[in-house]
Amino acid sequence: MKLMPCPVNGSRPVSEFVYWGELRPAPDAASCSDAQWADHVFNRNGAPGVKREWWCHTPSNTWFIAERDTEKDRVLRTWLPGGAE
Amino acid sequence: MPWRLLRFGLSRSHPEPRMFSAPTDLKPAYDVVIIGAGGHGLAAAYYLAREHGITNVAVLEKGYIGGGNTGRNTTIIRSNYLTPEGVKFYDASVKLWQDLSEDFDLNLFYSTRGHFTLAHTDSAVRTMRWRAEVNKHYGVDSELVGPDFIKRACPSIDITCNGHAPILGALYHAPGAIARHDAVAWGYGRGACQRGVEIHQQTAVTGIEVKGGKVVGVQTSRGHIATNKVLCAVAGSTPRLTDMVGIRTPIYIHPLQAMVSEPMKPWLDHIFVSGSLHIYISQSARGELVMGASLDPYEVHSTRSTLDFTEGLSAHMLDMFPFLSHVKVNRQWAGMADMTPDFAPVMGKTPVEGFYLDSGWGTWGFKATPVCGKTMAWTVAKDQPHELITGFSLERFRNYSLTGEKGAASVGH
Repeated sequence: MKLMPCPVNGSRPVSEFVYWGELRPAPDAASCSDAQWADHVFNRNGAPGVKREWWCHTPSNTWFIAERDTEKDRVLRTWLPGGAE
Repeated sequence: MPWRLLRFGLSRSHPEPRMFSAPTDLKPAYDVVIIGAGGHGLAAAYYLAREHGITNVAVLEKGYIGGGNTGRNTTIIRSNYLTPEGVKFYDASVKLWQDLSEDFDLNLFYSTRGHFTLAHTDSAVRTMRWRAEVNKHYGVDSELVGPDFIKRACPSIDITCNGHAPILGALYHAPGAIARHDAVAWGYGRGACQRGVEIHQQTAVTGIEVKGGKVVGVQTSRGHIATNKVLCAVAGSTPRLTDMVGIRTPIYIHPLQAMVSEPMKPWLDHIFVSGSLHIYISQSARGELVMGASLDPYEVHSTRSTLDFTEGLSAHMLDMFPFLSHVKVNRQWAGMADMTPDFAPVMGKTPVEGFYLDSGWGTWGFKATPVCGKTMAWTVAKDQPHELITGFSLERFRNYSLTGEKGAASVGH
């Protein structure tokens, strides 16, 4: 079974977690153009690589950030948002 | 029937037919370069040569012919979609499928089985009724049927699904079919080869040259090619190639896993799909049960498979067919599905002149192989989108005009 290191609960089975996509800064909705907003809403970085992603440990509702290699499916490190990386 | 088979059977010498021409060096230039020798890429090459007379074409393949999602899907062919764009497009595909064995002179084991999409909730019944009406409007054979009809068609099914999720009805699509997926790639590949197209396996694309917003060449692991037209038909590798030309797309990659059981005597005539239980199942010509489930829940760019998947799929399968509890699983595998936000493909021209996409085929690409080849060949030859694919353009994500096809996805993703 694949394990995910939760920054609060330690290593837990990955089935307890929900993946919520890559961490992406949003453009300012009030000032950006329609095209910039559409790009933010729809487009993704779909290529493989080491990415920073939102994950949630659902039993404890802990949201955190994971750095993961999407080609090897290997979690490199995890931390709480705003906390020490 | 394929006459080649009969001739082969009656021949004394049993000559070994060669499917593809022997590999050669790359030429310095081609009229069209197709990246990806799966069903879609080879079908485009075939129709480019056959219908548009464009034969100076190279199909480049990093691995081997049909080794990607063409050989990894669960071979289901249907056209009972939800949007008018989708229904018309897939219906054109089903009609092409029906003559394909004859066309290729190669047995595809195309087998019309009838396709049930089961509804376990009132809301699912409502979606099925909606799909049935859209389908009928476009002349596609679909109807809503009740549990009695389902039970008569397949006596071994547990209509209550072990009490968890009683089946309330189904969308029944009589033309639903299965086919031997490898043979589709081989048939298109051979047909293209015979007309002068070159297929280069073990040839990876490492870069695409763009000058002044136009494609001018392709860098490969075996040298440089000059060309003004590149068709990208690489399924799960699409983002790697769009990155080479600097195009942003909504495509994201999740693995889709599948498995087959040991072979059994024929007992399952139909194809069954359950969105609520996240399963689909059919019985192949070899007697194996071909089974699939929903996407893996997070992005991965590899074809690894997992035990979680086998356990989850088997548990749901036993709800529907309890007598399978002693049947063994023979193999499992995964493919990389290039998903889109609206569950419709991304096809046609792109902001880079001469770079054409046949992508976003996620979990629904196999059934569309013939019509994709035909419409993409037309699009590449005429440099304008074929009328059947205008609803699938990349532009729709700039204009907020999506083609919402999620309601017709085989299982809830």
